[in-house]
Amino acid sequence: MNHEAQLASKIATETNIIVAKCYQCGKCSAGCPLATDMDVTSSAILRLLQYNTEATDTEVLRSNAIWLCLSCDMCYSRCPNQIDIPGVMDLLRQESVRQGCTNAAARNIVRFHRSFLDVVQQTGRSFEMGMVLDYKWRSKRWFDDLALAPRMFLKGKLRLLPEVVKKRKEILRLFKRTLFLRKNV
Amino acid sequence: MARIGVFVCHCGENIAATVDCGKVALQASKLPGVAVAIDYKYMCSDPGQTKIKEAIKEHNLTGVVVSACSPRMHEGTFRKACSEAGLNAYLCEMANIREQCSWVHEKSEQTTQKAYELVRTLVEKVKLNHPLDPIKVPVNKTAVVIGGGVAGIQASLDIANAGHHVVLVEREPSIGGHMSQLSETFPTLDCSQCILTPRMVEVAQHPNITLYSYSEVEAVDGFIGNFNVTIRRKARYVDEKTCTGCGTCTTKCPTKDIPNEFEQNLTTRRAIYVPFPQAVPNKPVIDREHCRYFNTGKCKVCQAVCPIDAIHFDQEDERIQLNAGAIVLATGFDIKRTDFFPEYGYGKYPDVIDGLQFERLASASGPTQGEIRRPSDGQIPKTIVFVACSGSRDAAKGIPYCSKICCMYTAKHTMLYKHKVHDGIPYVFYMDIRAAGKNYDEFTRRAIEEDGARYIRGRVSTIFEEKGQLIVRGADTLLGGRPVEIKADMVVLATAAIANTGAATLAQTLHVSYDAYHFFSEAHPKLKPVETNTAGIFLAGACQAPKDIPESVAAASGAAAKVIGLFSNNELTRDPLVASVKRTPAPPFSTCMGCMMCVSVCPYQAIGQEEIRDRQGKVIKVIAYINPGLCQGCGTCVSVCKSKSIDLEGYSNLQLLAEVEASLHS
Amino acid sequence: MSEINKRVGFYPGCSLNGTASEYKTSVLSLANAFGIELEEVPDWNCCGATAAHNLNKNLSLALPARVLANAAEAGMKDILVPCASCYNRLALTLHALQDESVRAEVEALIAKPLDAGIRVMNMIQFVQEYIQPHLDEKIQRPFFAKTACYYGCLLVRPHEVLHFDRTEDPQSMDEVMQTLGVGTIDWPYKTECCGAGLTMSRTDLVSKLSGNIVADAAERGAQAIVVACPMCHANLDMRGQQSSGKDTAPIPILYLSQALGMAIGLDEKQTGIGHHLTPVKPELLCAKQPEQIVQPEFKKEV
Repeated sequence: MNHEAQLASKIATETNIIVAKCYQCGKCSAGCPLATDMDVTSSAILRLLQYNTEATDTEVLRSNAIWLCLSCDMCYSRCPNQIDIPGVMDLLRQESVRQGCTNAAARNIVRFHRSFLDVVQQTGRSFEMGMVLDYKWRSKRWFDDLALAPRMFLKGKLRLLPEVVKKRKEILRLFKRTLFLRKNV
Repeated sequence: MARIGVFVCHCGENIAATVDCGKVALQASKLPGVAVAIDYKYMCSDPGQTKIKEAIKEHNLTGVVVSACSPRMHEGTFRKACSEAGLNAYLCEMANIREQCSWVHEKSEQTTQKAYELVRTLVEKVKLNHPLDPIKVPVNKTAVVIGGGVAGIQASLDIANAGHHVVLVEREPSIGGHMSQLSETFPTLDCSQCILTPRMVEVAQHPNITLYSYSEVEAVDGFIGNFNVTIRRKARYVDEKTCTGCGTCTTKCPTKDIPNEFEQNLTTRRAIYVPFPQAVPNKPVIDREHCRYFNTGKCKVCQAVCPIDAIHFDQEDERIQLNAGAIVLATGFDIKRTDFFPEYGYGKYPDVIDGLQFERLASASGPTQGEIRRPSDGQIPKTIVFVACSGSRDAAKGIPYCSKICCMYTAKHTMLYKHKVHDGIPYVFYMDIRAAGKNYDEFTRRAIEEDGARYIRGRVSTIFEEKGQLIVRGADTLLGGRPVEIKADMVVLATAAIANTGAATLAQTLHVSYDAYHFFSEAHPKLKPVETNTAGIFLAGACQAPKDIPESVAAASGAAAKVIGLFSNNELTRDPLVASVKRTPAPPFSTCMGCMMCVSVCPYQAIGQEEIRDRQGKVIKVIAYINPGLCQGCGTCVSVCKSKSIDLEGYSNLQLLAEVEASLHS
Repeated sequence: MSEINKRVGFYPGCSLNGTASEYKTSVLSLANAFGIELEEVPDWNCCGATAAHNLNKNLSLALPARVLANAAEAGMKDILVPCASCYNRLALTLHALQDESVRAEVEALIAKPLDAGIRVMNMIQFVQEYIQPHLDEKIQRPFFAKTACYYGCLLVRPHEVLHFDRTEDPQSMDEVMQTLGVGTIDWPYKTECCGAGLTMSRTDLVSKLSGNIVADAAERGAQAIVVACPMCHANLDMRGQQSSGKDTAPIPILYLSQALGMAIGLDEKQTGIGHHLTPVKPELLCAKQPEQIVQPEFKKEV
C-alpha cells in the first residue's frame, strides 16, 4: 500500500491543500446543500483520499459527487481546519476528465461546461443561444426548457447573435496555451 | 445538681415557620434540671452565641442543649462557644429540631410537641455527660514512601525538601519505575531517562532520604502519626557499601539466558546484573533463583573477579523496623501481558508486541540500540500497525475502563517510528483519540499531519501470520464499516494498564481499600484524590488509577503536601468520643474476660491487647485495649461485648438509655 | 441628470449583456443618476465562470487575467463587477497573482503585463462607496414592503480572499435596503446556494434549492427578494417558483440596483423590472411617486 504518487500528493503539490488535516468531523457534509444527492459526500471523499491507494482514488474520480459540487464554499467557510474542499473538487474534476473516468450520470454536466467554453473559445464571450444549442446537441436533450425559450425571448433575454471580442486571436491563443482543446465528451 | 441551659433557635423561618419556638422554650424551662431556657432567631450568629456564653456564666450551667439544626452543621460552633465561656465542650449537645422536625412536618401542635420532646431527650442525655479532653497523639515526622517510580521519587523529594525524613522503599533493584523504561515522553518528546535520572540521583544523595532498594514492606501496624513499619531488605549478595559499581562481575557471569525484565523480555540478562546503566543505586544484584552457585553449589566467578571483594554469598535478608508518621503509596501500575487476546496472536507471534516492548526497541539504550527491528528476524519493519484499546474499554475482557495513556503513547510511537524509519508506514486502528491534556491534541495532530501516521477508526478483528507478515483485519467505521486489511511487518498492541503485581496484598497489609481492579481507593473521587480512608496513608500516581507522568507528579506533590501538613503539628488532636474498656478495682481489674470478640469486629483494627501485671511483673490477665488514636467511635465493639465491658464516650449505654426513656415518657 | 463627476471601471460580464440585460440597464441608470460614468473594460472577455475552473486551472486564471490586464492598460483602478460570479473569479485571480511564480506563469499565458493596483467591487460595495453617501437626499419612493436580502455564495465567500462583509448572516445589503425605509427579514437561507451553474444540466436540483430559498423567504413575510447576482436572479426568478406551487402570488426577485432605482424614482424603462419572468408590482413594494402617478408598463404574461 505504498503508493506515494497518488491523488493526495498531487493535491498537495498543485493546490497546497493537505488532506491529512481532515479529522472527519463531518461538518462539511452537514452543511453541503447537495449532500443528500451525492453518492459520496465531501467528508467521505476526504477520507478516501487519505487512504492513498489506486482503488480509493478511482472511487473518488468516478463519483457523481465531484460534479454535483457547486463550489458554493459553504464547506470551506465552516471547516475547522480551513481545508479548501472546493479547491480539492476542482482538481478532482480536472483529473477525472484527464483520466477519462467521469461518472455516467455526470456526463451532461461536463458537456454543459464544455459547451460553455466552446463558445467562449470561438467568440471570447458566452452566448446563451449558441451555448444552449451546442449543449443540446452534445447531450441530445432537445426538449428541455423548450417552454421557457419563447418567454425569455419576449422578455428580451435571448440574443440571437453573439458578441465577439475584437482580439479573437488572443483568446484562441489563450485556449491553445492552456491546452484546452475542443473535445467531445 | 444539674443546671442545664436550653437554647431554642428559630433559624430565621426554617424552624419558626412550623415550630412554636417560644412554646418549646417555655416548656423546656419547666423540666427538672433546666436552669434557663430561651429562644432566639439565629443562635449560631454572634449575638446568639453571646447569649449562650452569658447564660453559662450567669446561671453557672453544667450542660447546654442547643435545639436547632443538625449537629453536622453547627456542633463545632456551639462546642467552641461553650469552651470559650469556660464550659467543657463535650457538655454541649444539639437537639436537631430542623432536619428532624420543622423541615419534615407541617405547622401544627404536634410538630411543636415533637420539637419539645426532642429537646427533652437531649436534656436527659446531657445530664449524664461528663467533661472530656481531646486526645493528643504524637506525630513521628518520618514518612515511608512505598514505590520508587516517578511518583514516589517526587513525593520523597517534596517531603525531604520540607525538612522531614523520608524512607523510600522500592522492590526492584533500582528506582525509576516504568518511566525509566520509556524512550521519549509526550508531548515534548523529551528523552525519558534524561529528565528522570537527575531526580533519581537527587533521591540517592538527599540527606533526608534513606533509600531501601530491592526491599519490600512486610507489615504495617499502628496509626496515623505512629505507624510501625517492617521492611524486608532482600539480600543482594553484594555489599552496597564496598561495591564501586565497576560492573566487571556482570560481564563474567556464565548464566546469560535469563529473560530481562527491564527490557520486557526482548533480550536476556545474567544472573548477576544491574537492571540498566543509569540504575540508582548503580550496584548489581544476584538473582538467587537463577544463580548457578545457588542452584548447583558451583561457580562463584563473580566473586572471583570482583576486585574489591564486595560479593558475599552468605548475605541474608534483613528486617528493619521503623516508626513513621505517614505512608505514601506510590506503587504504580503495570500493563497486561497475558495472551488474553487470542485473536491477536500476542504471545504466539514474536512480532506482535506490546507498548512497553516498543519503547525498549525505540530506546537508544535498549536491546536494539534504538533501531526498530522485528523480534523475529531483526529486520526493519516497513509497515507497523498499532492497535489502540487492546484490552481496555472491553467489558468482555473484564477491563471496561479506559487506560488513559495509550492514545498519547500510540501517537508518540508512530512519530518515533517515522523519525527512525523515514519510508516506514504506521497505521493506527483507534476508537477515539483521547488527548485531553495540555498540548496533547496538537501532538496527535502532528503525528497525523506532519509525520504521516495513518489513523483508521475501527477495531481490529483478527491478526494472523502469512509468509512472514502479519495480516491485520480491521474496519473503517467512518466509511460505514468498510473492511480494511493491512499486511504488516510488526504489530504493537496498546495493552491495558492494570494495577501492579502484589497491589492487593500490599493493600491488605496496610488496611487500605482497593477496587475490583486492585487500584487503591481514594477517600473521595472528586475532593480527596490523594487520601485513603485510612488516616495517615496517602496515594500518589498510577496505583490509584491509570494516569500519565504530569498527573502522577501532581498527585505525588499533593500527597506530599498532605504529609507535610500532617507533620506541621507535633501532636494530632482527635475527638475524644471513642470507646474504652472499663477498668474496675482489683481483683477483677475489669469485667472484660479477654474473649477478643471485639478485635475481630473492629473495622479499624483499633483494638489490641493489654496485659495486667502484678507488682512482680507477672501477667494476671489479658484484656482488650482500644487504641484511642485509631478508634473512630462506631460502637460496633460496644454492641458485641458479651460482658458489657466496653462503653463509648459521648454515647454511653446509660446516656442512650436516658434518651430512650425520655422520649417515651409523655 | 447629475453632472458626471466620477469615472469607474465597469466589467458587465456575459450575463449582463445577455439574459440579465435589465440588470445592466438598472446599473447604468443608477450610476447615471448619481453622476458616475461607468467605463467598460476595453475588449473584455468572458471570465470563464464555473466551467473554466471546473475543467482547467490555468484557463480559469488566464481568462480573468486578460480582463484585468486590459483594465490596467486603460488606467482603471476601481472596477464595478455587478455579477457575483465574475466578481468572485476576478477577485480570486487577483489573490492568486500575489504569488510571484503564478503571476509569471499567467503573464506568459496572456502575453500581457499585470498590474496589482486594481480593485474589483461587487454591486453592494459599489453602492456603499459611491451611492450610499448621497442616497438619503434622493429617495422619493421609500419602501414599505419587507424584503429578504439574498447574498448567495459568491459575494461573501471565501472571506480570506474577498474581505467583504461576513460569511454568516451578512448585513451589507440589508443595511442598504434599510436605508430605503423598511426592515429586512432575518432568514437562514441568506447565503445558501441557489444551484448556480447546474441550471440546465440538473434542473431538478436547482429547482429544489431555489425553491427552498423562495419558499422560506415568503414564509417569513418577505414580499420581495433582493439579489446582487444575475445567476441567482435567473434561478430564483425562473426556477424558484416552479417548485413552490403555492396559492399565493409568487414573490418578485429584484436586483439591488433596481430596488435603489425604484426608490429614487426612476421609471420602469430605466429599472428594467418589466423584463422579469416573475412579475414585479412596484405599488406593492414602495410608495407612490410624489409628483406624478406613473402607470407602470406591464408586459403581458405569455
